[in-house]
Amino acid sequence: MSAINSDVTSMNVDELQAALADGATSVDVTRAYLDRIEAADGELRAYLHVDPEAALARAAEIDAAGDKSGLAGVPVALKDVVVTEGVPTTSGSKILEGWKPPYDATVAARLKAAGTVLLGKTNMDEFAMGSSTENSAYGVTRNPWDPERIPGGSSGGSSAAVAGGLAPWAIGTDTGGSIRQPAALTGLVGHKPTYGSVSRFGLIAFSSSLDQAGPMARTVLDAALLHEAIGGHDPLDSTSIDAPLPVLVECARRGADGDLSGLRVGVVRELGGDGHADGYEDGVLESFRAGVARLESMGAEVREVSCPAFDLALAAYYLIAPSEASSNLARFDGVRYGLRVGDDGARDLDEVMALTREQGFGAEVKRRIILGTYALSSGYYEAYYGQAQKVRTLISRDFSAAFDDVDVLVSPTTPTVAFPLGARVDDPIAMYAADLCTLPASLAGVPAISVPSGLSEGLPVGFQIMAPALADDRCYRVAAALEAALTADRGDRGFLDQLAARQGSAS
Amino acid sequence: MSTPSQKGQLSRDEVAHLAHLARLAVTDEELDLFAGQLAAVLDAVAQVGKAAVEDVTPTTHAVPMTNVVREDVARPSLPRDVVLAGAPAAEDGRFRVPRILGEEA
Repeated sequence: MSAINSDVTSMNVDELQAALADGATSVDVTRAYLDRIEAADGELRAYLHVDPEAALARAAEIDAAGDKSGLAGVPVALKDVVVTEGVPTTSGSKILEGWKPPYDATVAARLKAAGTVLLGKTNMDEFAMGSSTENSAYGVTRNPWDPERIPGGSSGGSSAAVAGGLAPWAIGTDTGGSIRQPAALTGLVGHKPTYGSVSRFGLIAFSSSLDQAGPMARTVLDAALLHEAIGGHDPLDSTSIDAPLPVLVECARRGADGDLSGLRVGVVRELGGDGHADGYEDGVLESFRAGVARLESMGAEVREVSCPAFDLALAAYYLIAPSEASSNLARFDGVRYGLRVGDDGARDLDEVMALTREQGFGAEVKRRIILGTYALSSGYYEAYYGQAQKVRTLISRDFSAAFDDVDVLVSPTTPTVAFPLGARVDDPIAMYAADLCTLPASLAGVPAISVPSGLSEGLPVGFQIMAPALADDRCYRVAAALEAALTADRGDRGFLDQLAARQGSAS
Repeated sequence: MSTPSQKGQLSRDEVAHLAHLARLAVTDEELDLFAGQLAAVLDAVAQVGKAAVEDVTPTTHAVPMTNVVREDVARPSLPRDVVLAGAPAAEDGRFRVPRILGEEA
């Protein structure tokens, strides 16, 4: 390799862009990541599908075209929930094993049009149902900070890939926290956009009123770059908002200047505050408070805000999401794509369908389909699904009232650091609690970002910043300010330097 | 407003019935496991019953939803062979479905 060495896999994307503009080839950059995948993915298992030849051919094509602008030549990884034409897509499920989609999701098409190089498809909890990636039908993914711990979920393949240097950045999807929680547990920046601001066309649907794709990256600036590349109106998604995307990259750059004077910050009492700290680790709360103090030191006005309905977010979410899932997953009937089991000419359609779904779906997916079927059934609908939808209204009202007084709301992203593999797999309620802090923004459709605030017991802690609908730029501005301040405090180049230093001293 | 569930309300038979409605051929072991787990989950989600929701309208989507119509312009669809390539069974240029009629039909 000429201008590029193995350091490429520890570069931020703005540095990669500079290297490419400076004469590095996309083939060199792509090969560096493929080498890293070859060396490290046997242990991490971040990817479900990598096609080195296709990636290098694509990179060579970009090099030959001579385009050095924008994202041309920059590699990217996609969560396996994003359908990709001709590239195997499973959503982490056996029921779609071997399926090659006949079209591209809008997110994938936009990244392709921008000249990015697809490195591969990343592991995930089956149909994005989970918080640890342990519900994948294809095995667990490990956390690069500690291989005995989860990388978060459901976008855990994406988080492990980026944190481990197996991709410069990745697309995740977030239904109840599946971008923000894995980003927090692996020391990344992850942003869940305003619902409707990134197209859902071609995302394999879990809970349609909640699903959003978004960026997972090493820095706030990189996340903003990726968000701008995928966001904006799409006529193929009927819930897509027909409004221009706010300027995000510029906001991230300005935020890094560190002046937050006049910014009003609300600390949500119900998410780890007084009387609401059960289940939160002390180390997480300490890191969070230090982050709040750092915002204050940059001129922000901090006050505590109460959002009482947030206490019911978990209950409402675990009715709404399974209800929508039970309906969405009805499409997996063994007729048009994917698995078919027991079609021997003697069994009828219903039996074949039931056998196909029995063998094709994992335990968590079955639990949620059964729960959703129950919540939507006659006699229970009002008490469960109907009531949950009303709680959802109350949560939105709490956000609206809070945003009358403050510009952003903040909380820890997760109550705990990454937990050990296997610790919660047999206890759905304990697993669901990992999403405690991320669910309110999902239910209200508002944007929220997670940015690293420090380490607790040597593991990353995430700091969540929530903003009103369509004000994603505020998330980026405040996150960039906090990131720049904490980076300056540590005196390194970025949060992941701490992981690189640890791996350097271990080897 | 009453809380609709007591712990353990979802019986093994009910889970079996729901699984049938959802076309899931669950095993006996799964029924035993799910009945206990789902009872605990149901107990947790029943907390929504605590909320005072008089005069509260339900939210189906967080953003205002209006019906969206596109221009009535014909566009090419995916080629038939491309679509059928992903099907578990195809015959004569169509999806082949499992038997839908009984012996007596």
